[in-house]
Amino acid sequence: MTGSREAVLGRIRAALATAGPVAAQPVPREYDRRGALAPGSPEAIELLVDRLIDYRAEVQVVAPAEVTAAVARALGDAASVVVPRGLPDDVLAACEQDGRQVVGDLSEIPLTAAQLDGIDAVVTGARVAIALSGTIVLDGGPDQGRRAITLVPDLHVIVLRADQVVQTVPEAIALLDPTAPLTMISGPSATSDIELQRVEGVHGPRTLRVVIVG
Amino acid sequence: MTTFLGVPLRRHAHAPESPLRGTESFPQAARRELANPQLRANLAHATATIRAKRAAVVGELADWEALRDSGSAIKADVMARLPELLEQFEAAFTARGGTVHWAADADEANRIVTELVRATGADEVIKIKSMATQEIGLNEYLEEQGIAAVETDLAELIVQLGHDKPSHILVPAIHRNRTEIRDIFVSEMTGVVEGLTDDPRELAMAARTHLRRKFLSARVAVSGANFGIADTGTLCVVESEGNGRMCLTLPDTLITVMGIEKLLPTFADLEVFLQLLPRSSTGERMNPYTSLWSGVTPGDGPQDLHVVLLDNGRTNALADEVGRAALHCIRCSACLNVCPVYERTGGHAYGSVYPGPIGAVLTPQLTGMQGHDDPNASLPYASSLCGACYDACPVKINIPELLVELRARSVDDERGGMPGGWDAAMKAASWVMSDPKRFAAAEKGLQLGRIVAGRDRKISTLPPPLSGWTQSRDLPAPPAQTFRAWWRETHPEEQA
Repeated sequence: MTGSREAVLGRIRAALATAGPVAAQPVPREYDRRGALAPGSPEAIELLVDRLIDYRAEVQVVAPAEVTAAVARALGDAASVVVPRGLPDDVLAACEQDGRQVVGDLSEIPLTAAQLDGIDAVVTGARVAIALSGTIVLDGGPDQGRRAITLVPDLHVIVLRADQVVQTVPEAIALLDPTAPLTMISGPSATSDIELQRVEGVHGPRTLRVVIVG
Repeated sequence: MTTFLGVPLRRHAHAPESPLRGTESFPQAARRELANPQLRANLAHATATIRAKRAAVVGELADWEALRDSGSAIKADVMARLPELLEQFEAAFTARGGTVHWAADADEANRIVTELVRATGADEVIKIKSMATQEIGLNEYLEEQGIAAVETDLAELIVQLGHDKPSHILVPAIHRNRTEIRDIFVSEMTGVVEGLTDDPRELAMAARTHLRRKFLSARVAVSGANFGIADTGTLCVVESEGNGRMCLTLPDTLITVMGIEKLLPTFADLEVFLQLLPRSSTGERMNPYTSLWSGVTPGDGPQDLHVVLLDNGRTNALADEVGRAALHCIRCSACLNVCPVYERTGGHAYGSVYPGPIGAVLTPQLTGMQGHDDPNASLPYASSLCGACYDACPVKINIPELLVELRARSVDDERGGMPGGWDAAMKAASWVMSDPKRFAAAEKGLQLGRIVAGRDRKISTLPPPLSGWTQSRDLPAPPAQTFRAWWRETHPEEQA
């Protein structure tokens, strides 16, 4: 295998030499690296809500005092919910309402995929959201947990703080830690493979509900 | 005995069939595909739909052209610095607990993946749709080695269950409609609910049920990669259904096969490509799921990570300007969806897993064109050169220019041997037209054309070698009177 490494690199160098030296060209960066809307501004949130609804996600924008009620509403009739260890208290309180079974995903005893498959919902925070594309980014932080918990249960509730909403993709990328396992979510899972007719919910959570706390 | 007509018949001695090469030339395959009205109806609907969606979301971004310029320049930079960037990627991915393998060709890549799967003791792998693994025929190779490869993308599953070949880079089952898909599910899928209809939602849910068990129990997954980031060792998979996340997250072992050209220099470069790719490919502002991983994260996701860096002809392509430009491709398929030739012939006519305009450039560059009788030598002609593909390409690959260059090369390759039918026809025309008497004599023959044409005034078939022209075109009947005859009649005073 080492042989192929040297062979491939050698062939690349030879190929580049055949074509003659290539002068280093500066990469133009004339695109918008920052949007006109301030992070967390009502306009940025309005744009995000519009995009999320377009993807058939369900969105509530609420005041800080209403978080518990909003998350409880988002959980609906889910009888069980998995939570990461670092969920804020007011969000956790909503999970515990209505006699719901709350399962903590602690890294010492991670739940198996089969166990997760038996749980109705998951509630997490997020790292950042991109208004322009309707995208929410998870980075595995304490309020988000392992990737598997936001994947297997059928309902995902994301609680987003208003100040986490930026307008453009470059603003979000600048905030991310590349060494973290990152998942970008734009609406519930969807397919367009049959006559290009969009069907929400294939293998990931079929329902995505977002609570934005302004 | 056959009469020699200037077009020698040769066999495809040096061009075995592979995922990058069919058994017949584009014109032959296209003629068959064109005769399938169902295929044409499916394609017309699908490509028109994606075109409209793409145009709408691209129109939303005022900085779209600036993003294209940036994307194009980043790719040119990657090609110029490829050895350095690959070594940087390898160091970063290895430092975070991953293992990097290098494969010179398809066979080596297949062997590496097989050994890695065998080491886990598994006899089944779940797969994310990937052009690189299609290109090397990985599924077929694994099957031969007793390992089942289960495609988990809905369209790939449709293709796999239908014992079919993909016909589009992004939507491989674009040639199938809902009724055909229903029939495939009913006959090939175990445990299908009784009375399954052809409603797309019902079909998608049947696929969900079918694959759920596999996802929850699989130990090994195989993926491709949309991007590899050199400075951080990050791999990126862009998808819609969540089947990708399932494969990337739940198994213990993840093996990624990535073409060496898929690198981007820095993590920040994603800000350009995550805008260009989804809008160009599916016409969405962003695809539903994007996964990024830079090595092993303890306690989260696969703990045994591998990436196979694949050459398989890419260094051939890199050695010349056409190939190098084609390697900029990010496999968005925007060029397919705007191409009038693709829209009518479909993806199977190209004989390669890379169909459409970019496939017509990339395929012959990856395989080389092995003479006139190589089916891939016909691919540069699979275009009207209308330029729509260049306009649509998010990284500004000038596909029509590359196709013209490849045509010139294939013509140059043919020089010096037996004169072809085209050469002979041109020489004959030159001889006739250089003498007024010969030209007048030739004109008399035109009247015959009117008889051949019949009532609809169209000639659909001419005898060989002119049949080459009328195979794909009707010839209008000649006029009742030639211009020269009309001139003599209307200008008698001009006659000498």
